[in-house]
Amino acid sequence: MSKVLQINHEKCTGCRLCELVCAVRHDGISNPVRSRIRVIKWEMEGVYIPMACQQCKDAPCLHGCPVSAITQNYQTGCVEVNPDICIGCRTCVSVCPFGGMSFNSIDQKVIKCDLCDGDPQCVRFCEVQALEFVEAADVSITKKREAAQRLYTADKQAAALKTKAA
Amino acid sequence: MALNRKIAYINLTTGEVKIKPIPLEVRKKFLGGRGLDAYLLYNNTKKGCDPLGPENALMISGGILTATCASATARTHVMAKSPLTGLLGSANMGGFFAPEMAWAGFHHLVITGKAEKPVYLFLHDGEIEIKDAANIWGKTTTDSQWAIQKELGDEEVKSCVIGPAGENLVAFASVMTGVKNAAGRTGMGAVMGSKNLKAVAARGTMDIKIAHPVEAFENNKKFIDQITSAKVNQTQGSLGTPFIWGATNSWGGLRTHNFQYNQLENADDIEPERIDEIATETIGPYHMAGCFGCQVHCRAQYRIPSGPYAGKYDEGPEYTSLGAFGAEIGCRSAETLLTGNHLVDQFGMDNLETGSLISWAMELYEKGIITDKQTDGLELTFGNDEAALEMVRRIAYRKGFVADALASGGIPATEKFGKESFDYLVQVKGMSNLHSDERATPALALNIATASRGSDHLRSRPAIDLYHLPEKVLRKIYGSPIPYDGPINSEQTSYEGKSWMVFWQENVYMGVDCLGICKYHTTFLGATLPNFEDWPKVIYYNTGLEFTPEELWTITERCNMLERLFNLREGLERNDPVKGDVLNHRYHDEPCRRGAPDVIGLYIDKDKFDTMVDELYQYKGLDKNGRPTKKTLKRLGLEDEPSHLV
Repeated sequence: MSKVLQINHEKCTGCRLCELVCAVRHDGISNPVRSRIRVIKWEMEGVYIPMACQQCKDAPCLHGCPVSAITQNYQTGCVEVNPDICIGCRTCVSVCPFGGMSFNSIDQKVIKCDLCDGDPQCVRFCEVQALEFVEAADVSITKKREAAQRLYTADKQAAALKTKAA
Repeated sequence: MALNRKIAYINLTTGEVKIKPIPLEVRKKFLGGRGLDAYLLYNNTKKGCDPLGPENALMISGGILTATCASATARTHVMAKSPLTGLLGSANMGGFFAPEMAWAGFHHLVITGKAEKPVYLFLHDGEIEIKDAANIWGKTTTDSQWAIQKELGDEEVKSCVIGPAGENLVAFASVMTGVKNAAGRTGMGAVMGSKNLKAVAARGTMDIKIAHPVEAFENNKKFIDQITSAKVNQTQGSLGTPFIWGATNSWGGLRTHNFQYNQLENADDIEPERIDEIATETIGPYHMAGCFGCQVHCRAQYRIPSGPYAGKYDEGPEYTSLGAFGAEIGCRSAETLLTGNHLVDQFGMDNLETGSLISWAMELYEKGIITDKQTDGLELTFGNDEAALEMVRRIAYRKGFVADALASGGIPATEKFGKESFDYLVQVKGMSNLHSDERATPALALNIATASRGSDHLRSRPAIDLYHLPEKVLRKIYGSPIPYDGPINSEQTSYEGKSWMVFWQENVYMGVDCLGICKYHTTFLGATLPNFEDWPKVIYYNTGLEFTPEELWTITERCNMLERLFNLREGLERNDPVKGDVLNHRYHDEPCRRGAPDVIGLYIDKDKFDTMVDELYQYKGLDKNGRPTKKTLKRLGLEDEPSHLV
């Protein structure tokens, strides 16, 4: 079973440490342009959402690549770009629905999350766990549990209201 | 790499921009950030220059580690001669501006002259443009930032800006970035305003190569673990700085009603837990935000829960806002506190100074020194929430006699309110105190009296003195990197050994300010956090520069001495009631009235205080009058200042 990067954006503090460690881990250089993950912000709402590759099963970037530089690793589930084949045309950037594919304007190559070969460093550094690396099957049961918790809480409150009214 | 970031000299009168490399020799003497800014200030201003004149130099900088693979290198430093104190002006803020400036290719800006019309600077990938700010002038701090992003068509642009207070030359106007990050103290916003400089915007995509990336990376992880494992930082991360206010209030270390009392009773509605409740209700369970690369995330988000500004988004409030719009003015309402915090953020003025001066005016009003006629009928009494908020609005736009006088700063205002008013102005070097009461804590009293930018807790406060740490632990902390075997005392009310602690902290805080990292990442509130012994590694891995802890210590001493030299040049005298290393008479004459049993009745003994100052001067290498000896200047390599090395 493959693991995925789960983004719990409501927990994100907007610090962008994930961007820093991503760039330094891959290139030894601090520069957000080199980061595979970027935090998008609505500053006057206090909302910060980290955006990264979703490792789609039916990946538009893979289908769109004119030179077949993008492949899926069926063992890890990771969608991978071969930089030696990539011609830097950015087709993958334009077809990705999440902006998960980035274009490194310095090296003129597309870059994307490679899950750090199974140990994503953004996850390791994110103390608030806005980023987690989990079994793909666990993502939805966790979401279900959270949603169920909200329903249960609402139900209890409603019951309390009913008792009051009576 | 970090060391190839440039320094830019910008003359707004002529429009000339000169970009230069920062020589290695300069880095080795002053590192960067506040330390190098102090050097630049001393070198680029003349004695007695008008703080609001074109000849004043304004420095904006990042530290030597800004945007490298080190923890929380988010701090932007701003320095100039202060319009509030006439001495050293210096303020520091978090957020995301300094890293962006570093990616744009710059570490230091030296801005002189005055633009003919409102302008802003745009720094991008090694270039600097001076741009028209006609459409941005007059806007609030946040609106200005979004307007610049819109105009430049790039939402990644980060700016530091002034609001209406800076434009109106309010002597304690702040420079701000993001929603609430403020370089608030000493009126740096007014200096920007005086230069017709509305903002400095930055956008960068330039590489910062890490000298030893693998080591820097793993060391950073260790550093972060050390920082987040400190209980004090975990508490900061859930309640923010208000938690300190709450703790301080409980034992009577807080300043209220313009220093008349030291504890605010019945303050449930503004206790940190209540503020946290409001943040949870208005934002959600995850309402803490962080500055660049920081895992402490001490900045709360909130919406004002009620009143005329209900629903407005802001961040904070910090300790200082709880003091300014709570304890000091005798208000106990979350709505007032959060609204006041929002107003100063939007206008761009220092919350601390604003609240302190309003509370001073309240005491003057209650004592009849300020009259109804002078306040235009505003009833300026303690606990009058409406009046306090109205004063904030009036000060920002300098409306009416009292607000206009306050907007010039405390000392100039005494000339308008009369001589008697000076006695009630609780200040050091013309700057108001933090809303804490140092009468029970001699170490903290010495800190505020001798801090280089006027009364201040972030220059040399041995905050861990309040923890009653065992002597053995204190010796371990304060005995390195320079051996110390003099007296040391775990008791916070003692005068023994405190001057060394203040001296040591002064150097540590200069250290973090040179590196460009946050004080929560060093020996400030947490006794277990990194300092001199840990920094050489971080600097070496990230920049390749090698230092020993002792060398770093000397650098911080040198930078602190430069600040001292600047202050002495601009009129600091040891016992001068305005520009001296002295406390307001209330510290010596009026004992604490409230608080814990070991606090009530305490005051600062004048003779013992003078002895502490003598000791501190000795450690710093100053004579009895607080001037550096020739030997000290030679030891620190400062005998030829100004030396114009860059």
